[in-house]
This record gives sequence, C-alpha cells and structure tokens, in this order.
Amino acid sequence: MRIEVKDLTYSYGESKALSVRALDGVSLVVEEGEFLGIIGHTGSGKTTFVQHLNGLIKLKKNCGSIKIGDFELGDKKCDFKALRASLGMVFQYPEYQLFAETVYDDVAFGVKNFMPNLPEQTVREMVKDALFTVGVDYEKIKDKSPFELSGGQKRRVAIAGVIVTKPEVLVLDEPVAGLDPVGKREFIALLHRLKKEFVKTIILVSHDMNLVAENCTKTAVFEHGKIQAVGTPAQIFSDYERIKNLGLDLPVTAFLNRELEKAGKGVQNDLTVDGFIDSVCKKFRGGTL
Amino acid sequence: MKDVAFGQYFPTKSFVHNMDARVKILGVIAYIVAVFLVKPFHFAGFLACFLFVILATAFSRVPFLKVMRSIKGILFFIILSAVLQLFFNTKGQVVFSWEFITITDNGLLNAGFIITRITLIVLGASLLTLTTSPVEISDGIESLLTPLKWIKFPVHEFALIMSIALRFIPTLLDETDRIIKAQKARGADFESGNVFKRAKALIPVLIPLLISSFRRADELSYAMDARCYSASKNRTKYKKAVLTYRDLVATIVVAGLITGVVFLNNVYFVLAVV
Repeated sequence: MRIEVKDLTYSYGESKALSVRALDGVSLVVEEGEFLGIIGHTGSGKTTFVQHLNGLIKLKKNCGSIKIGDFELGDKKCDFKALRASLGMVFQYPEYQLFAETVYDDVAFGVKNFMPNLPEQTVREMVKDALFTVGVDYEKIKDKSPFELSGGQKRRVAIAGVIVTKPEVLVLDEPVAGLDPVGKREFIALLHRLKKEFVKTIILVSHDMNLVAENCTKTAVFEHGKIQAVGTPAQIFSDYERIKNLGLDLPVTAFLNRELEKAGKGVQNDLTVDGFIDSVCKKFRGGTL
Repeated sequence: MKDVAFGQYFPTKSFVHNMDARVKILGVIAYIVAVFLVKPFHFAGFLACFLFVILATAFSRVPFLKVMRSIKGILFFIILSAVLQLFFNTKGQVVFSWEFITITDNGLLNAGFIITRITLIVLGASLLTLTTSPVEISDGIESLLTPLKWIKFPVHEFALIMSIALRFIPTLLDETDRIIKAQKARGADFESGNVFKRAKALIPVLIPLLISSFRRADELSYAMDARCYSASKNRTKYKKAVLTYRDLVATIVVAGLITGVVFLNNVYFVLAVV
C-alpha cells in the first residue's frame, strides 16, 4: 500500500487562542516496500503524525488529505476497521496494553475484532504463527497470564497481538525504548524478518539515530510540526550542521567518519556498523592511521 | 478526554487568587449555607447571592464564561430535578393540563427555585477550584482539620492522599487516552452496540489502567521511602499560608451576604413588590 499524505495540519486544543499547532502542512509519500525512519526531538509532531495514519486522530476538514492504498481517510465512508487490520500500530511500551487472562486470548483479541466470523481453528493457527514469528514458545506460553511474563516476553506478546492479522504496513512508535542491547538487536532482527514475510512497509518513529541509520531506507526529520528534510539516511546525516541545528545527534558511524574526515582520512560510509568497520579496515590495511 | 474535569485551576494573579485558601474554603461553605438559607420563593435572596458570585468573579479575573461553563457538567442533573418538580408537584393552582400532565404554579416556582439554587452552588464551588490550586486546597483542608488531631485522626496523611489523588488525575487521563488508542488500533470498538456490549468493550481499557495505577502507586511509595518521607511533626511547609487584609475584606463581604439573605428572608413583601 502506498501512503500519500498531503498538507496535513493538526492543532491541539479547541479555542484558537489556546491551540498548539502539532502538525503544520506535512506532506510525505511512502512507497510500498520502504523502511521509513521518522526522527525529531520530543514534541516535534512525530507521534501525532503517525496516529493520523490509521485514523486514531481523525482528519479534520480542510486539514489536508491522507491516502493509504485505496483508503481515503478524509472520506466519511472510510472503513477504519479494515484500514487498521492492514496497518498495524505498535505503541511505545506496548506491554502496557495487555489485558486478557491468557496470552492466547490477548493475541487473539485483534483477530476476533477484525475478523469476527473466523473458525476457532483458523484463529488458533494465526495466534500460533504470530507467537512463533516474535520468537516465543506457543505451547509453553499460551495459557499463562500475560502479567506473569518477563518484560521482554511481554513486549513480544504485545507485538504478536498487533501482527497477528498480518498487516501490510507496520507503524512502530519508539519500539526499542527500555530494551537492553541484546533485546534491541533481537528486536531489529524481528523487524527484518517481518519485512521478509508479510509486512511490506515499515514506519519507525525513534530517537535512536543508530537504529534509523542502520536499518531505514528513507528518513524524515520532523521539527515544530513540519518535515524539515526527507532523504536516505546517508543524505540526511551527511549534513552535520543541519542535524545539529535540529537538535539531533549523528549516528555513531557518521560521527566517527566525521572525526576521520577532520584528519583528512574519511572513508566510504554506508552508515551501518559492519560496513563502516569494513571500509576502515580496507583503507587502513597495514595497521596505521 | 481532556475536558472532563470542570473548574480546573485557572492560573493568574488576582485578589481572589491571592487569598488564603482556608478563608476561601470557609467562605464557600458559608456562601453555600447562605444559598440554602434563602426561603422558598424569596428570590431577592438569590439575587444577593448572584451579585456576590459576580463580584467574586470580577475580582478573580477569571473570564465569566469560564465560570459559567462549569454548569455544563451537571446540566443533566439540574434539568432532571427541575422536570421532577414540574411534573410531580400537585400543590397549588393548575396552570397547564393535558392528558395526565398537570403543571401547577407551585411546581413552576419550585422548579425555578431549585434550578437557581443548584446553579448558584455550582458557580460558587467552581470559583473556588478555579482560583485555588489543588495543592493550596489540600494544604488548606489540612490546616482546617488540625483540631481533629486531638482525636488521633491522621490529618496530614489524609491531606497527602487527597493531593496525590488530584495529582494523578491528568496522568491517568493521558494513560486512558493512550490505552484506548492502542486497543482501537487492534480493532476494539467502543462506539457501537448496546449498553452491555459497550461496557464489555471497556474491559481491555480498564484492566491495563488498573494495573498501571497499581504500578505507579508502588513506584511512588518506593520513591517516597527512598527519600525517607515521613509525616512527622517536624515537617515544615515551603509556603506558609498567612492571613492578609484580603481575607479580612472577604470575610466581611461574606458576613454581609449572610446578613443580607436573612434580612431579605424576613421581608415578606419583596416578591410582591418585584
């Protein structure tokens, strides 16, 4: 599904005098198959933007247009349920939305909402698949209360509850917040696995520049409710001054390469850690800088 | 979700804002007593109370519309009690009758009386919360309840519980909003179906909310313990409330109001003259 947002504007607060403009004329196109990273500091409008995408924040009249696949979000007849089934959204700390008595019921919640007439057998297969994809043992965990699980497992189960309907687009808001380095790495691997299987487009909101630089094919920088820059991570992070002015950091590879450049010894840099190490090794074979 | 709590603190500097919270609380109680003192159909007494509210609003520099908006929250309650009076009061002369509905002049007067009474009380009470921050209110109540310490009532703890509860209302509203959105994203439907279906649809919101408030309570109590919080006698206050000339003026005005109401109650011809 292609996502096309045009001139999206949104203000919090009812009266004009007190309202805060959270989004101000945002236009963005996300092609199918892209892995988009949205960066920007707190209060720049990232979350408000992504919550528009599945109609959690309703598009107001004369505030722009959003088109996702065949769904026209400004249209009164837009079927939000169908949209939400094919555009999954993982919130920050998704483990806080667990509620059911068993892990099975919690993961099945989405299926039962979106496809109420499926036979129990099919539901079970879908839940099994989802739990397998996020890497937990179905047999061991299905009858447990979600509140007995460890933090990492809770988050996996919560994500299983979102991907259980096999959404084409997956939107994640700060998905790695509060994970340890190993958990983070496993989570990124999960995202790439999902993208190979059925998720076609991923939109990731994050503060973590390394995460975005390493994984995304496209980056959008938000500030004061506007998109300040769109491009590949390499384009975005090559302009150090601009990134600094936007109050953001460089990913660690870009930072190191900048230091090397200052000494006149910059290397070819694709912003991934492995790629950076490779090019440094190639350039400085023999062991001296 | 944001506009649930009516009468939220309106921060500005004014005569009423700068008054001692204790005097304001007692003043509002006295005002409510004055509203109840007004005898049936002595509307002149209500006029005095209304003038008092207008005066207080003017001196509080809170926009008058904002004060009036507080009525919105209990509009249903006001209408209900007025309707009950209208239709079920059979005393007095019949002014309107159709099928089984009869409306008497007494019912009309009673309905008007009750509407005015409730409205005036809500206006006064919301003026208190509009001009006094939650912290000031709970400090004020703590100070007013001090005599209860004699019978070993834990006054300080009581005030602490109250201010913590108030402190967490916006936090929990935010949290509710977030969980509702998260469940909606998973296809939860809160808008359709009958009452029972809708009540059941709230379970996926209430349970995470309950769990997170327990978690917050745990975290807060650990944080307080870690900083050795105790409600001992030696605790001092950052802001000590002191009485000023404003409180004296306000007390005199409120006393004047009560005297006025009592006086108007005994002037039988007022209604006739008006």
